Amino acid sequence: MADPITAPIPVRADRRVWVAGFLMVLFALVPLYAWRADDVYVLTYFGRMLIFALAAVGLNLILGFGAMASLGHAMYFGFGAYTVGILSTWGLTNGWLHLSLALAVTAFIAIPVGWIALRTRGMAFIMITLAFAQLFFYVFVSLRAFGGDEGLSLTELSGFGALTGNKYAIYLSLLITLVLVLWFTHRLVKSRFGLVLRASRHNESRLNALGTASQPYRLVAYVLSAQICALAGFFMANLTGFVSPSLMSWLISAEFMVMVLLGGMGTVFGPVIGAAGLLLIEDGLKTVTEHWPLVLGALIVLAVIWLRQGLWGLMAPSGDTKASPVDQGEH
Amino acid sequence: MKKMFPSVLSASGALLIAALTWVGAANAQFKVGFMATLSGPAAALGQDMYDGFMLGLEHSGGQFGGVEVEVIREDDQLKPDLAVQTVNRFIERDQVDVVAGVTFSNVMMAIAKPLADSNTIFMGTNAGPAPLAGERCAPNFFFVSYQNDQQAEGVGKYATNQGFKNVYLMAPNYQAGKDAVGGFKRYYKGDVAGEVYTRVNQPDYSAEIAQLQAANPDAVYVFYPGGMGINFIKQFRQAGLLGKIPLLSVSSFDGSTLPALKETALGAISGSFWGVDFDNPVNQKFVTAFENKYGRIPSQYAAQSYDGAMLLNSAIKKIGGQYKDKNALMAALRAAEFDSVRGDFKFNKNGFPIHNMYVFEVAPDAKGRVSHKTLQMTLPAHPDSYVGQCPL
Amino acid sequence: MTLNLFLGQALNGLQFGILLFLMAAGLTLVFGIMSFVNLAHGSLYMFGAYFAATVASYSGSFVLAIFSSMVLIFLLGAAIDRAGLSILHRRSHLDQVLATFGLVLFSNELVRVVWGNAPIYMDAPDYLSDAVNIFGLNYPAYRFAIIVAGLLVALGLYLLIERTRIGMLIRAGASNRTMVSALGVNIAWLNRFVFALGAGLAGLAGALVGPILSVEPGMGEPVLILTLVVIVIGGIGSIRGAFFGAIVVGLVDTMGRVFVPIWLRATFDPAMAAAIGPALASMLVYLMMAVILAFKPEGLFPLRARG
Repeated sequence: MADPITAPIPVRADRRVWVAGFLMVLFALVPLYAWRADDVYVLTYFGRMLIFALAAVGLNLILGFGAMASLGHAMYFGFGAYTVGILSTWGLTNGWLHLSLALAVTAFIAIPVGWIALRTRGMAFIMITLAFAQLFFYVFVSLRAFGGDEGLSLTELSGFGALTGNKYAIYLSLLITLVLVLWFTHRLVKSRFGLVLRASRHNESRLNALGTASQPYRLVAYVLSAQICALAGFFMANLTGFVSPSLMSWLISAEFMVMVLLGGMGTVFGPVIGAAGLLLIEDGLKTVTEHWPLVLGALIVLAVIWLRQGLWGLMAPSGDTKASPVDQGEH
Repeated sequence: MKKMFPSVLSASGALLIAALTWVGAANAQFKVGFMATLSGPAAALGQDMYDGFMLGLEHSGGQFGGVEVEVIREDDQLKPDLAVQTVNRFIERDQVDVVAGVTFSNVMMAIAKPLADSNTIFMGTNAGPAPLAGERCAPNFFFVSYQNDQQAEGVGKYATNQGFKNVYLMAPNYQAGKDAVGGFKRYYKGDVAGEVYTRVNQPDYSAEIAQLQAANPDAVYVFYPGGMGINFIKQFRQAGLLGKIPLLSVSSFDGSTLPALKETALGAISGSFWGVDFDNPVNQKFVTAFENKYGRIPSQYAAQSYDGAMLLNSAIKKIGGQYKDKNALMAALRAAEFDSVRGDFKFNKNGFPIHNMYVFEVAPDAKGRVSHKTLQMTLPAHPDSYVGQCPL
Repeated sequence: MTLNLFLGQALNGLQFGILLFLMAAGLTLVFGIMSFVNLAHGSLYMFGAYFAATVASYSGSFVLAIFSSMVLIFLLGAAIDRAGLSILHRRSHLDQVLATFGLVLFSNELVRVVWGNAPIYMDAPDYLSDAVNIFGLNYPAYRFAIIVAGLLVALGLYLLIERTRIGMLIRAGASNRTMVSALGVNIAWLNRFVFALGAGLAGLAGALVGPILSVEPGMGEPVLILTLVVIVIGGIGSIRGAFFGAIVVGLVDTMGRVFVPIWLRATFDPAMAAAIGPALASMLVYLMMAVILAFKPEGLFPLRARG
C-alpha cells in the first residue's frame, strides 16, 4: 500500500473547491444585503461566524495536520482581543499598531509555552495547554484596570482612519483575511514544512531517524496557529467593542475543537464549514427549543462517534484518500 | 453533482432562514427588550423582576397607554459579554423601543456604552451603579429602582443611630458591592473592623467568616444578593455566629431568598426604600395580586419592576400613544407622573430616584410567614450622592 | 494573621483536598485502566449532588441521601458504560475529550429541565450543624465530618486496591491491559466496574458537598478542571498520586485564596487586593502544575510504563 505521506496530496476533486468558492461568495454578498436592507446586524452575525472560522482554521493547523490537541488555544484568541483593549485604554489607537503588536505579543508568549508543552505528548499535552490557558485567564481576571472579570467596553476601536469602527470595513477585511489565511494554510500544508508536520503525526521517531528534527517544525506550526487565533481575537474586539476574560475560557477552546472536528480535521476548508455549521446549528436549535444544549450535546457525541471525517469529509468524492483522522491512539 | 447538492442546499437554506428572521421585524407595537439574570444562583431575583414587570403590564390592561406591547425576555446568565451581545441584538435586530431590567451591576456597566451610544431608552429596574449616576449619566437612562449606595446609606445611618462602634463589612467584588460598602461608610460614623470583598457567586465563605470571627466586631454588614446570601448565612450559622453578632444587610435576605432560608434569617436587619407591609393602596393592590398570581411574597425586585411597567404606561398615556417621538417619551418618563408602590417618587436630573429610605427586620408577618417588618425611616426624600458629578 | 485562622484554613484546605481526592481517584483509575478521558466526570458529581438534595428533601434523612446517591451514581456509571460509552474506549483521546464535552453540555441542560434554573439547597443534618472545638478553634462540624468520611473512604479504597482480588486485577489492568485480558479476565466487566466505582466516588463527593455549596447546573466544571490538575500532578493511574496531588492542590488553593489577599493588602487597597488575590492564588495552582509537568511529564507518582 502506498505510504500516504509521500503520495502527493490528491487535488481535492473539483466539487469541493466549487462548494468552498460558492460559500465564500455567499459570505461576500452579506455586506451587499446589509447595505440594501439597511440592516447592520447581519454584518455582526456573519462576522462572528467568520471570526470563529478563522480561529478554527488556526487551530486546525496543529490539531488536524499535526495531531497536537491544544485545549488552550482560546488564550491566544484572548491575547488578540485584549491587545486592542489595552492599547485603546492607553490611548494608542493606531490600527496597524494594534495588529502588529497582537501578532508580536502572541508569538512572544507562544514560543516558550509551545516549547514547554511540546515536550509532552497526548493527554499531558492536552492538560498542559489547558493549564496555561487557565493561568492567563486568571491573569486577565486580576487586571482590574482593564475590567477584570467584568470585561472592558472599548471606548476606541483600532484606528484605520475614516474606516475606524465601520462595520462594513471590518467585515470585508475579515473576509479577505480569512481567504488569505486559507490560501496560506493550503500552501503551507503542501510544502516541505507541511510534509514534515504531517509526517511527525504519523511516526515521529522514524522521521527523526531519517535526520529531520521534527520539534522545531512543530513549534513553528504551534506559533503560527497561535497567531492566527490572535488575528481572530483582534477582529472580535473590533466587531463587538467588548473584551472579557471569558474569551479565554476553556469552553471556548473546546468549542474551537468541536468546530475543527465537525468540519473535518486535516482539511484546509473544513474548519470554516465546522464553524459556520456549529453556529448555525446552535442558532437554529435556539429558535426551536429553549433547551437547545440537550440537542447540541447529543449531536456532538453522535458527530464524534459517527462523523469521523467531519462534514467536509462527507463531501469528499469516493475513493479520495482523505487525510486520515487523528486516530493513532496516542498515550 | 449529487454530493454537492445537499451542502449547497443547506447553506442556502440556512442563509435564507437567517434572512427571514429579520425581515419579519417591523410591527406597530411597543417593543420592550427585557433582560435579567434568569439562571444561576440569582435566578430568583431575575424571575421576580420579570414577574413584577408583567404584572404591571397586566394591571395596565395589557397595554402601555393604549398601545400594544411586545416583551422580549432574555437571560443574561450573569455574563457581561453575553449581555452585550443580547443588547446589541435588541438594538440592531429587534429594534426595541425600550431596553428594561438588568439585575446585576457588572452586567449594567458592560451594556451602558452601547445603550448610551445608540440613545436607546433604558428603564433600569434593579442595578443602579454609581458611575451611571455620576459622570456617566445619560439623558436616556431611567432608573426607577434606586442608586446602589442609597440603600446602604440608610443602613449606615441606622448603624450610627444604634451606637455600633466597630462594624465588619463584606460584599462581592464588583461595582454594586463597592457601592454597598461605600454607601454604608458614608453615613456610618464608627470604626470599620474589616472590609472584605469576595468573588461574585463565590460559594464558600468559610475563610472570610473565620477572619470575621477573629476581628470580633459589634455588628456585621453584608451585601449578598441571591444565592450568595443563602450560602453566606448558612455558613455564618454553621460557624456559630448567628444570633451572637447583629447582622445588617442590603439586598441579601428578601422575598427572593427568605423562602429558602426560613427561620435562619430571623432578626437580620436590611435597608431599602420599599417594604412589603407599606399600607398605601397601590402597594396593597400590588402585593395581593402578586401573591395570588405567583404564590409567593414579592421582593423589592418585583416591586421595582412593577413600578417600571406602571411608569412606562403613564408616560405613553401622557403623550397620547405617540411613543415613536423619543424626545416626548423621554420627557414624559422624566416627569414620572405615576403612583409608585413605595409612596413618594421623583426623578433626579441624572435619572435616579429621590425617595425615602427605611430599615426592616426579618420577622414573621401577620400570616406567620417569614417576611420583612418595617422598623423606621432613616433618610427622608433622599437623593443619591453622585448627582453632583453628573454633567446633565 | 492568627494561629486560629491558619489552622482553620488548613482544615478547609484539607477538606477541599479530600473532596478533590474523591473526584480524582475515580478519574485517575478510569484514565489509567481504560485510557479514557472523561470530561463528564464533573457531571457525575453534579448528579450526585442533585440526587442527594432531592432524596434528602423527600425523606428527611441525610444519611439515606448520601448513601442512595452514591449507589445511584454507581449504577448510572455502569449503565452509561453499557449503553455506549465503551465505544469511545478505542478512540483517540481527542475524540474522548470532545464526546464527553458534548455530554457535559447535555447534562447541564438536563439538570435545568428536571430541577430548574435556580439552585436547590440541602441542609446539613442538625447534629452536624454547629461547630466542634479543635485545638481551641471553632470549626464547622459538617466540614470536619467530610474530612473524616473522606479519609475513611480513602482507607477503604486502599484496602480494596491493595488487599482484594479485584484490586489486584485493577492494578494489573493499570500495568498491562492486554496481558490481563490474555490471562482470561473479562476485561469489559473490569472496565465497567472501574468506571462505575469512579462514578460512585464522584457522586459521593457531590452528595457531601450539597450542604456547603449551592447545588446548581454547571457546578461540576470548576471542580473538574482542578481534578484534572490533580491527576496530572499526581500521575495518571496512580491513586497514591491522586491522594497527594489532591491534598496539595486543596491546600494551595484554599490557603492561597486567603493569605495572598492578606499579604497583598499591605500594598494595595482592599478592593484591589481582593481582586488580584484570588486570581494570583488560582494562578499558583496552574503555575505549580506547569512546572511539575515541565520536569516530570508523567507526574509525581507515575505508574510504571504500561505494555
